[in-house]
Amino acid sequence: MKTFFLKVNFICILLIFAFISNIFYSKEAQAELLKPNWSFEGFFGTFDRASLQRGFQVYKEVCASCHSMSLVSYRNLGEKGGPEFTEEEVKAIASQYEVTDGPNAQGEMFTRPGRPSDKFKSPYPNENASRSANGGAYPPDMSVLAKARPGGADYIYSVLMGYEEKVPENIKLEDGVYYNKYMSGNKIRMSKPLSDGSVEYSDGTKASEQQMAKDVTSFMMWAAEPHLEVRKKLGFKSVLYLLILTILVYLIKKKIWSRIESKV
Amino acid sequence: MSADNLEQKYKPVHTNKTGGSPFTGITGWIDNRLPVIRMFKHEYLDFQVPKSLSYFWSFGGILTICLILLIITGLSLGMHYKPDTKYAFDSVEKIMRDVNFGWLIRYAHVNLTSFFFIAVYLHIFRSLYYGSYKEPRQLMWLIGIVIFFLMMATAFLGYTLPWGQMSFWGATVITNLFSAIPFFGESVVTWLWGDYSVGDAALNRFYVLHWLIAFLIVGVVVFHVIALHIVGSNNPSGIEPKDTRDTVSFSPFTTSKDLVGMLVFLLIFVAVMMYAPNYLGHPDNYIPANPLVTPPHIVPEWYFLPFYAILRVIPDKLMGVIAMVGSIAVLGLLPWLDFSRVRSCVFRPIWKQCVFLFVLNFFVLMYIGAAPADGIYVVIGRIATAFYFAFFFILAPLVAATEKPLPMPESIHEFENWKKQGKIKTINIFSK
Ligand code: HEC
Ligand code: HEM
Repeated sequence: MKTFFLKVNFICILLIFAFISNIFYSKEAQAELLKPNWSFEGFFGTFDRASLQRGFQVYKEVCASCHSMSLVSYRNLGEKGGPEFTEEEVKAIASQYEVTDGPNAQGEMFTRPGRPSDKFKSPYPNENASRSANGGAYPPDMSVLAKARPGGADYIYSVLMGYEEKVPENIKLEDGVYYNKYMSGNKIRMSKPLSDGSVEYSDGTKASEQQMAKDVTSFMMWAAEPHLEVRKKLGFKSVLYLLILTILVYLIKKKIWSRIESKV
Repeated sequence: MSADNLEQKYKPVHTNKTGGSPFTGITGWIDNRLPVIRMFKHEYLDFQVPKSLSYFWSFGGILTICLILLIITGLSLGMHYKPDTKYAFDSVEKIMRDVNFGWLIRYAHVNLTSFFFIAVYLHIFRSLYYGSYKEPRQLMWLIGIVIFFLMMATAFLGYTLPWGQMSFWGATVITNLFSAIPFFGESVVTWLWGDYSVGDAALNRFYVLHWLIAFLIVGVVVFHVIALHIVGSNNPSGIEPKDTRDTVSFSPFTTSKDLVGMLVFLLIFVAVMMYAPNYLGHPDNYIPANPLVTPPHIVPEWYFLPFYAILRVIPDKLMGVIAMVGSIAVLGLLPWLDFSRVRSCVFRPIWKQCVFLFVLNFFVLMYIGAAPADGIYVVIGRIATAFYFAFFFILAPLVAATEKPLPMPESIHEFENWKKQGKIKTINIFSK
């Protein structure tokens, strides 16, 4: 009888684990995502500043012509835990954009050079405009995109690297639709955005497709989670603190209970 | 009539009950007028608690802490949140980006909700396993079920607030359930929405109700705790304490033990919140709500999945809704369906297996709730749903009537001795 209990309990626990781990991965079978080594993963993960700065360049020169990033401000580029451009660089970046402001004292809208406090300028005035310019497809806003897909950064990177010349025979592509190994349904309505040398890095890094994909994905991850570094640092400290406190309190508890336990 | 007669006829009254405090000085002055200090001493310092309580009894305290933290973080979020379909998503993102430690407050609130449910499921499991729902604690159990309903309502309403894709579509699916009400269904749904679709009016009232129900929970928890102090805690042996060999004072014994439980729970919570803050959520909720784009799978939060599964596997909408609500309400019948006089599963070998199977079945339902609603999943879901109800209506009375309990000790201190001698088995990881 006893072994029967043990067996049933053991099987229960095994099944429970199998189910839990399954719940979150029970989506349709898809190609396994590419998993590059991200500097921001793990307990002590931090962003690679140089990579974020390059990623910003890729975003600015390639993706920004279609994708907005409307929740991020230019000033964020200079903040701690991000690409950490200097104050002058941030000002220079912001002033490259013409933003509409107003109304002025005469009641008219006017344009002026951007300031660090401005939000990233969107390529299109609204969603409909961006759809009509992209053949009906909407290039999603990139502010939180890295958190809005299962697989996160791995997924974004995989999509960028997932274009293939050879289209499997069972897939029919309409006009303006491309084959992508990782997109759901394997069809994407974004043409391959990156190819070797799409941008020229000023720090001398070779702008290979892979390098750019990695940099821009890191940048998107930072945009989605700008406080990731503080979070992980604070996380480590508070877990350590709680661990020590728990051990101490446990010892105190033992001591208190020893008063009666010896008497039993 | 003489004055003497008058005095005999009327009972004296004391509208002024000042006094009676065991304290002196300022404490005594206050306690004479407002006897909360006395009550606190009586209920939390001198209060006698069974000696054999395991860490499973820490979850009540853990839940209280969770509730307090939820309210504090919720208040802070409320200072910056805007319940307007145009601004809701961006206002939450503003909290995450621009408010000082806003990300911490929001991640804490969101993950606390999940941990609140983890704790409540363990708390309910404890009551189930050790028969805490039986005489004289039936009312505690019933109040608990009311709390559970309110928790689900609050969690559902809270999930709609960031106005992401899952917020919107979850709200649409769940509020549409009311259309299953015969005759008035459609009107009820329109009335709930305040409009002809889930939109601005709905979001605004979801926000108001999310707050209201959160505070209602606090009120009901107060009743839960008052009732606890009348009936006293059950314990792993299921035997009532008889003398001081069976009990310890609440402070410092139970308090120190509960503190350990709370800290371990807090540790796990903080680790998840800091290192995987979005793990328990759904990525689609970072996509702003769009009424024109239906997500491929609309799934509720993990803690609703078992009940969502019951809803979906039943082909008729009205019956599905009744079964879903019934699956929680039926818990309330358990004290009467399981009429065995023995409380603890430690002495009930067959019922113990049933309880474990019930837990396993619960996880099966959870899995089915997240799986696509077709093919083999529906079949498994129906079997699991049938077992869920059979557990209450068939197994509980049947086992109660036929099971032969194991030999039981006379008292809690004897129970402790038996445990030391290895004569009985309890759930070990939760005892030391
Ligand atoms: C010519 C315009 C254009 C450019 C340039 C462009 N995109 Fe896109 N992007 C789109 C469109 C359109 C979609 C929507 C595709 C769809 O829905 O099928 C899209 C979708 C995406 C998606 C979402 C895929 C999904 O899972 O829904 C990602 C990620 C993405 N783009 C990344 C990038 C990155 C990174 C860059 C810059 C290196 C970039 N895009 C440049 C037009 C563009
Ligand atoms: C907000 C949620 C809740 C809070 C804050 C809460 C709080 C508490 C506290 C402080 C205790 C005493 C300590 C303990 O025994 O763990 C307790 C006991 C109990 N609770 Fe809850 N509870 C909650 C929800 C529930 C639910 C949902 C149920 C059942 C459906 C439930 C059923 C019980 C029972 C039966 C007891 C007595 C247990 C015993 O003495 O063995 N509670 N609760």
